[in-house]
Amino acid sequence: MKRILFSLAMVAMISSMSMAQKIKGSDTVLPLSQHEAETYMKKNPSARVTVTGGGSGIGLAALIEGTTDIAMASRKIKFDEKMKMQNGGKTVKEIKIAQDALSVVVNKTNKVSKLTREQLEGIFTGKIKNWKEVGGANMPIIAYSRETTSGTYEFFKEHVMKNKNYKSGILSMPATGAIIQSVSQTPGAIGYVGMAYVTKDVKDISVSYDGGKTYVEPTVANATSGKYPVVRPLFYYYEGKSEAKVKPFINFVLSAEGQKIVQTTGYLPIK
Amino acid sequence: MFRKKKNKFFEILIEWMLRLSGSATTIIILLISIFLFTEGWGLFKSSTVEKGYVLCINKENKIKNLTPEQIKEIFDGNITSWKEVGGDDIPIEPMRMDEVIGMFSEEEIGSDFEHLPERLSDVTAEHKGILGFFPEQFIDIKFKGKVLPAETISPKDYFGGKEWFPTATPAAQFGILPLLLGTLWVSLGAILLALPFGLAVAIYLAELANPTVRKILKPVIELLAGIPSVVYGFFGLIVIVPMIRNVFNLPVGETALAGSIVLAIMALPTIITVAEDSMRNTPLAMKESSLALGATHWQTIYHVIIPYASSGIMAAVVLGIGRAIGETMAVLMVTGNAAVIPHTFTEPVRTIPATIAAELGEASVGSVQYQALFMLGAILFILTLIISIWAEVIRKEPHAE
Repeated sequence: MKRILFSLAMVAMISSMSMAQKIKGSDTVLPLSQHEAETYMKKNPSARVTVTGGGSGIGLAALIEGTTDIAMASRKIKFDEKMKMQNGGKTVKEIKIAQDALSVVVNKTNKVSKLTREQLEGIFTGKIKNWKEVGGANMPIIAYSRETTSGTYEFFKEHVMKNKNYKSGILSMPATGAIIQSVSQTPGAIGYVGMAYVTKDVKDISVSYDGGKTYVEPTVANATSGKYPVVRPLFYYYEGKSEAKVKPFINFVLSAEGQKIVQTTGYLPIK
Repeated sequence: MFRKKKNKFFEILIEWMLRLSGSATTIIILLISIFLFTEGWGLFKSSTVEKGYVLCINKENKIKNLTPEQIKEIFDGNITSWKEVGGDDIPIEPMRMDEVIGMFSEEEIGSDFEHLPERLSDVTAEHKGILGFFPEQFIDIKFKGKVLPAETISPKDYFGGKEWFPTATPAAQFGILPLLLGTLWVSLGAILLALPFGLAVAIYLAELANPTVRKILKPVIELLAGIPSVVYGFFGLIVIVPMIRNVFNLPVGETALAGSIVLAIMALPTIITVAEDSMRNTPLAMKESSLALGATHWQTIYHVIIPYASSGIMAAVVLGIGRAIGETMAVLMVTGNAAVIPHTFTEPVRTIPATIAAELGEASVGSVQYQALFMLGAILFILTLIISIWAEVIRKEPHAE
């Protein structure tokens, strides 16, 4: 009897071990993955999912080294990261699991309510220095950005500023909350945050990506329909060989229930 | 007899344990500083261009090399002609990998990028003004352009550079001058603010306060040192920053002054405690003889106690500066962290500790940025070391006559 119990326990342990999967990477995706993993484990008590953060770069480096099963990333895999995977004889698979829209925010007293991409580039590279140049009051522009290593900083630089560098006098804040706080108390301020973080203390700006022909408001509806341009996809990356292992969890994330969690966490579903 | 022997044995054991912990501490501190320097030193052997990449130009281009600053200005679109960097009068066409890939179909490049070297070679040959930023592995022997020679980051660029863009591509900018000056600037402001207040409180506590007030006030002041620095930073961001913006009518409240005020509050307990202790060490005989000669209480304080305690007061100041220079979280939240060389106290600044705290967590291990941050740590270490030695020397100076 004891023997049977023991072997049963062994089998249970081994099967649960084979189900265990590690997810690592972007701090933006982290809260989403945690919620997904919690619900997933509740539904499948035998499954084990551990989620850790560290940043997109760290997650992808772990995937290249084979120390994680899924890498979370708030940006597309870089060319040289893909090359490293290929050189190691691995194929990398990419799954878009959710989207995150960035809102450009200004102080509530600011009259300006719309800007083009070119104007945003000018403001953040330091070529446009006063609000009157973009139709506002005569007041210097104070631009806030995230810290240099943040994925949001990189995305904004690549997507909105077309890879130009920020001006050297840019104020950089350690967290999204700090940007909201500073923008809400500085009349000439402008900054960018994830759409889910926008509060009523700041005003969001409509953005035009076609030189001022159409301006789109940053709303969930516009971002989901693809009209609002400053949207970044959030990805899971995994190795082709471990597909069988990670597929059940990824399928859950992509299911209607999983995408509902995406919404409650403050991101945009992909469908 | 036996008991005595046992006691002696324990005494020797304890002595050795004390000695051991003393040397262990020294060794650990030594190892940490060696670690700092070895991690940081690699910086000056690293290439100015991002690892694994090269810069390529057309064969007919006469340019021999470009400084990191020139490379950044070119890719930012601020330098547009080769003439500005010493070449012919041809417009510069900066080109990144993704742009080249976008020019061709997938078949032309190949699913495993097997035709990419050829494409890069063609593009470089076709565009006279090209400045290509391509992965090294796709530049083969048949490459029809010129590869700019790799240069290492020079100490001159690091210590004298005025721009800090640690993640810029193709060439990151590691100029620490704004960070170093920012740190010193904020600390100087803090000490200018904290010294008069600290000294006043110390004199009050040592000479004027009655024993009951002193018994309550002293622990309260020492309690200030126990408040987490993040709390100070948060207080600074919500209260001091808007206040400064309104009082001085500035466009932005996150300034060096905000950092200085927060740091001054944080340095006060150190200054007060050390200065007060040294004042109370004034021998009673000296005080009494001064009073007996007819001097008033204030005259005694001014002419006897302060001169006697001067070395202690100086040590308090220097320790306060040391506290201010190394402070991280509070400064990170209130100074705005803009890497520009400060000219006034009403401008945003970026300090060394704030830079390390904000960037090290996400910098990939062993990268150039990682090394640059460790070097910053080493510089900060040297700064505080000098200050500590200075404080030690002052404290040991003979008392004024």
